[in-house]
Amino acid sequence: MNVFVGLALVLVGVVGSLVVVIQDPLRQALTVSLFGILLGIVFFAVQAPDVALSEIVVGAVALPLMILLALAKLRGGVR
Amino acid sequence: MSILAYGVAAWLLLVGLWGIVNSRNLVHQVICVSVVQASTYVLLVAVGYRSGAVAPVFSGVRVGTIAVDPVVQALCLTDVVVGTTVTALLLALVVQWHKRTGSLDPDQVDDLDEQG
Amino acid sequence: MTPRTRRLLFLASAPVLGIVVVAGLVGLPRFGHSTAQYGRVLNAVSVPERHITDVVTAVNFDYRGVDTMGEEFIFFAAVAGVVLLLGTQADESPGHVEDAATGRWVPPTSDAVRVLGLALVGPTVLFAIYVIAHGHLTPGGGFQGGVVLATAVLLVYLAGEYQHLHGLYPDRAIEGLEAGGAAAYVALGIAGLALSGSFLANWAPLGKLGHLNSAGIVPILNVVVGAEIAAGFVLLLSAFLHQTLILRRHVRPPAPVDPHRRQP
Repeated sequence: MNVFVGLALVLVGVVGSLVVVIQDPLRQALTVSLFGILLGIVFFAVQAPDVALSEIVVGAVALPLMILLALAKLRGGVR
Repeated sequence: MSILAYGVAAWLLLVGLWGIVNSRNLVHQVICVSVVQASTYVLLVAVGYRSGAVAPVFSGVRVGTIAVDPVVQALCLTDVVVGTTVTALLLALVVQWHKRTGSLDPDQVDDLDEQG
Repeated sequence: MTPRTRRLLFLASAPVLGIVVVAGLVGLPRFGHSTAQYGRVLNAVSVPERHITDVVTAVNFDYRGVDTMGEEFIFFAAVAGVVLLLGTQADESPGHVEDAATGRWVPPTSDAVRVLGLALVGPTVLFAIYVIAHGHLTPGGGFQGGVVLATAVLLVYLAGEYQHLHGLYPDRAIEGLEAGGAAAYVALGIAGLALSGSFLANWAPLGKLGHLNSAGIVPILNVVVGAEIAAGFVLLLSAFLHQTLILRRHVRPPAPVDPHRRQP
């Protein structure tokens, strides 16, 4: 179990850094979705199912979608 | 293990701040803010963890079984949802800013008087 | 401030922040050895005192219900801000994607997406209701279930293009549901003040442990929060969809093309 928690934490650290390092917001929106799922897995692993459920529905679906919609508006070029 | 959990929280905080400072794009900057937010969740949930303890849900589990701290989890759970809404507000500001100025460069946000 | 100065300022201040953060983290109990007394007490008393088996819900909606009310109003204010910012501005008007986005071909929604999207709406709504209704028994509650419920509406938009559906969108009703959810939370709190002498006191009968209709006002609070969060997220997503797909800023209309004029 502890190995699993450790591995999930390392992945969260790595993907979190990727989210910051990636400069293209479109790729970032997809990475942030992965980041949300990984955070959810960490929360499950440390016995926080309520937070995990919350993070997965919000971080993996709602937030990336709003970023994508904002990007669609910004990139459309039609003002 | 202790170093790893708290280290990841501290790392996400610093990396997110670095991203905010170096950002070339307002949308990128907003997403970096959400990484900083995530660092607080990792820290709070890590503080409440006890190895070998069960989740603080006692359906099918005898009361008295050692469980992790529910208070920090309650703090995170509401903030995950509410924090996302605040991120949405920031994105809406970015969309309006882009419409008014045509720019997404954080460096140009200084001159509010000229462009407002 | 130039990017260079800003970066230098950050590099100078980040180590200071790092040291402060690390100093703070060192003082915490080691990972896996939480010593939280308040949490220990709550884990012991939540089931016998309040008939709530999910202690996290007990903290959110009973022992610290006032905090959750504050969170709810942050949510409310943020959604109001987004709706204001992304609403139709003075120099904008609804238009069609087809006329504005020239040179971009928008593929029609495929039948597979339509069928799968519509097929998932029912199960998603059911799951959302399950998560909200069982908030006091198992992990879940108004916050999570509300977001899931909003996802169901999103599936409808996905299955049948937003441009064609936004006329059917009951914005007044959704806004009413959001405001009503927030108001009902406060009303339940005041009812506690009137009936038990303290704001948000759990005044309803506690019922039988483990039953759906137990835990007093907690399930009711979960339902009103679920309604507010679901309505709020639908408003958010609709605001972004409206902004992206419908709104067009008034620009000089392109000069009409004369079909008789010969192109060089």
